Amino acid sequence: MARAQVTFREDRCKGCKLCASVCPKQIIKMSDHINVMGFHPAMIEDQEKCTGCALCAVMCPDLVIEVAREEKKVG
Amino acid sequence: MKTVFTRPESLTDMPMHYCPGCTHGIVHRLVAEIIDEMDVYERALGVAPVGCSVFIYNYMDIDMYQAAHGRAPAVATGIKRVLPDRLVFTYQGDGDAAAIGTGELVHAAARGEKITVIFINNAVYAMTGGQMAPTTLLGQKTTTTPFGRDAAANGMPVKVCEMLAPLDGSAYLARVAVNNPKNVLAAKKAIRKAFDVQMSGAGFTMVEVLSACPTNWGLSPLEALKWLEEKMIPYYPLGEYKTPATEVQP
Repeated sequence: MARAQVTFREDRCKGCKLCASVCPKQIIKMSDHINVMGFHPAMIEDQEKCTGCALCAVMCPDLVIEVAREEKKVG
Repeated sequence: MKTVFTRPESLTDMPMHYCPGCTHGIVHRLVAEIIDEMDVYERALGVAPVGCSVFIYNYMDIDMYQAAHGRAPAVATGIKRVLPDRLVFTYQGDGDAAAIGTGELVHAAARGEKITVIFINNAVYAMTGGQMAPTTLLGQKTTTTPFGRDAAANGMPVKVCEMLAPLDGSAYLARVAVNNPKNVLAAKKAIRKAFDVQMSGAGFTMVEVLSACPTNWGLSPLEALKWLEEKMIPYYPLGEYKTPATEVQP
C-alpha cells in the first residue's frame, strides 16, 4: 500500500517539467502521448516510491497535481 | 488518506492561459491559498492590471476589478477608502507597476494607502512581445534591446523595493522569488505578512515576486528558473526591505 497518492489532472498539464525537476525521488516523467492541449503531460512512474511531500504540487503553475497521504500515526 | 494539496477554494477551476512554465500560476495560487487561510473570501477584493495577468479576474473566485494600465494602486486606493474593512490587493507586472504606473505606485506608497501590491517582476514586457522593461537586466536581450540592455543608452534597472523603502507611508516591503519550492513557501509567508500588515492598518504594503518568463527570455521553463536564480537574484536581492515597527499578529 502506497503511503501517498498523487493525481495528475492530465488535460491541464502544459508539460513544463517544473514538477519533475523538484521531485526528490525523481519519479515524475513526461508521458509519450499528448493531451488535449498538445503537450506531453507529466505522470508518476512509481506510485509506491512517492512520499507525498507535495513539492511537485507546490511548483506546478497550472494546478495539475493533487496530493493525498496517510496521516502520521502518533505514538 | 488525507488530501494535503488541492486547488484552493478562492481559485476557479478554469485552465490558465499562461505559457508553459510561467510562474504567474504559482503566485495566483499562493494568493488564493492565503485568502482561504485568512478566511476573508467574502471580504477580499483584487485589482487586475494590464499585462499577461489581466485575466486574473477569471481565475480568482473573489471580487475583482480591472484597472487601466498602471492605475491599479489608484483604483485600489478608492476601494479601500470606501470599504476600509476589505482586504484590497493589486496584482501587477513590471510593465504595469514599474513603468506606466510608477506614479500611481510611488504616490500610493507615499500616502500610506492601506493596500497590498503584488508586484510580479519578470524583467520584461511579456504580453506585448518581450520589449525592454525598466526592470530588464543589463545585457539582457529583448525585442527592443537586441544587443542587450546598455547602461549608457537605456539606464540601469529599477529596484522597486529599494525605491519605495525610504517613503514614510510604506509599512511592509519584501522581495521574494518563485524559482524553487523553498522560495515559493517563503513567498507565501511574505504575502501573508503583507496582508496581515494591511489589515492592521500600518500602511502601504508590497511584495515583489521575481518571476520567470520562459517565452520572452527564449529559454525552456527549467532554464528560465536557473536564469532567474543566477542572474536576477544577485541583482535583486531577496528579503524584507521594510517591516512595521510593532510586530503584527496574524
